[in-house]
Amino acid sequence: MSRAVLISFANEQDALRAALRLKSGGYRVLDAHVPYPVHGLDRALGLPPSRLPVLCFFLGTAGAFSAFFFQTWVSTIDWPVRIGGKPFYAWPSFIPIAFELTVLVAGLGTVGALLLSRGLLPWRQARADLAGTSDARFVLVVQEDTPGYDRHELWGLCRDCGALRLDAREEEG
Amino acid sequence: MSGPDCWIEGGKTPADVTRDIASPLERGPSPSWWVALAASAALFGIGAWALAYTAWKGIGVWGLNRTVGWAFDITNFVFWIGIGHAGTLISAILFLFRQKWRTSVNRSAEAMTLFAVACAGIFPIIHMGRPWLAFWVFPYPNVRGPLWVNFNSPLLWDVFAISTYFTISAVFWYVGLIPDLATLRDRACGARRRILAALSLGWDGSMRTWVHYESAYLLLAGLATPLVISVHTIVSFDFATSVIPGWHTTIFPPYFVAGAIFSGMSMVLTLMIVARKVAGLEEYITERHIDAMSKLVLATSWMVGTAYATEFFVAWYSGNPYERFVFVNRALGPMAWAYWTMVCCNVLIPQLLWRGGIRRSAMAVFVIGIFVNVGMWFERFVIIVTSLHRDFLPSSWSSYAPTIVELSIFAGSFGLFFTLFLLFCRFLPMIAMAEVKGILSSGHGHAKGPTASRERGALA
Repeated sequence: MSRAVLISFANEQDALRAALRLKSGGYRVLDAHVPYPVHGLDRALGLPPSRLPVLCFFLGTAGAFSAFFFQTWVSTIDWPVRIGGKPFYAWPSFIPIAFELTVLVAGLGTVGALLLSRGLLPWRQARADLAGTSDARFVLVVQEDTPGYDRHELWGLCRDCGALRLDAREEEG
Repeated sequence: MSGPDCWIEGGKTPADVTRDIASPLERGPSPSWWVALAASAALFGIGAWALAYTAWKGIGVWGLNRTVGWAFDITNFVFWIGIGHAGTLISAILFLFRQKWRTSVNRSAEAMTLFAVACAGIFPIIHMGRPWLAFWVFPYPNVRGPLWVNFNSPLLWDVFAISTYFTISAVFWYVGLIPDLATLRDRACGARRRILAALSLGWDGSMRTWVHYESAYLLLAGLATPLVISVHTIVSFDFATSVIPGWHTTIFPPYFVAGAIFSGMSMVLTLMIVARKVAGLEEYITERHIDAMSKLVLATSWMVGTAYATEFFVAWYSGNPYERFVFVNRALGPMAWAYWTMVCCNVLIPQLLWRGGIRRSAMAVFVIGIFVNVGMWFERFVIIVTSLHRDFLPSSWSSYAPTIVELSIFAGSFGLFFTLFLLFCRFLPMIAMAEVKGILSSGHGHAKGPTASRERGALA
């Protein structure tokens, strides 16, 4: 358990400015809770870019190949049927379904990975102390038990950036 | 308001957006909403009766005959699928092009896509004649061999295209809804809160989640863009891969995709112009939004008009007498009235949108949108029925008129569409709150925080 404080702001500019100053001041900003993605805040928090595009690419490729090979297996090996004089391995007519399965597997898989990796599940509850971050409240979560941490100095820095309030909380993990 | 990037009027703050969009959902519905819902549900009831009657008696109760084997069913199918395409255009393609104005309309346009595809899905299923065996179209291991489906058939490609399109559209819509459902959850209490808490999946606006969320949203947009083009391309293959004069043309895929966006954009306009008035969202869906969408209608009207002219030219230039006959028969034959209705509604009337004054007049655009929807329905009717009713053998020439059962099913599909749309307007935020909040600051230079009344919190 590491202790953390929540610092609330009224708008994205103040929160972003504070996050940048806290970072250069040696504080560890664990996360931010915001009503919409604030561009620049991800870099201020030092968050790496998402790797979902890589996963999406491989899922799409898997969808395409499995659909193509399934159609090929059905039409040439499992039960070849001569339809309209066309060859059994009529590969151009396998493309539309291979394409649709590319999109289906990549789309569902990417969203599934997003939900599972971020623990977005129906029985999960958002923390009560974050109420308002879905409306117009911008919160920075700053770790407390770091060397050289000083809550008064932290509050002074944040107040200069326009912080509204500071609340303590138990941060899990 | 000033600034080319400012699409929301009234100097809104993020808190204003939440209040404006969420609070109407927390009040009881108005009497006019109940009237509209009752009327839509009644219309759907008529359609449900006709669907049940068709399933019970068979498709002999329709006006089809041996010559005209596809008519109202497939016309309505293509019509509804086309309506859906504008939703994906707005939500995915305009997202990739970074068009900020889409944020005001994308949520309801995506809802429209889902409901339109649901309406469309009814028609191919019932026209199979034995709808209870519709699952046979999927290649699943079965005790008949297994006997697989015919992967060479564009009708089967359609099954995959439509079901993928519906699934991905639903997922895209839901993913976009999650932050807004959390906003509603945080304002609700009791059972409503518990339902919204489950639906919003514990969303807490964590920036760590937003990074992945934005990436996933962009990927879905990137996947939905070629998907929407593939869907109407495959729908056009239903016709283009046959050897029927009037159907067997290479222009069909782009022509169908342009027509789909044309009709869908008109449907979005028709719905939005009513919805913004009823829900009091004029500051979010502004005249500039109507103007921007009208320009898309005008552009796609020209694409469709060019396709009509190209088809005629190619029919003449091909030197094929059957091909020429079909087109002369379309324009001058017994169903010429349908052809010229189509040309007037789709090519001539939209030209009024060249005038800025008309594009910014909600009433004028609403009327033009209705005309385009009528015209695009007739386009599919013309393509399907006039190509079939006078075939190669004059002794088998025939005509087609819908029966009351077909008309009822068509009316019922509108009933279903409007019922679903009215329910959506009552229970879910019509405007993507999180997305609109994100574009507010770009127009104002900086968001207006309540600096003077700022509560200086004490150290906890």
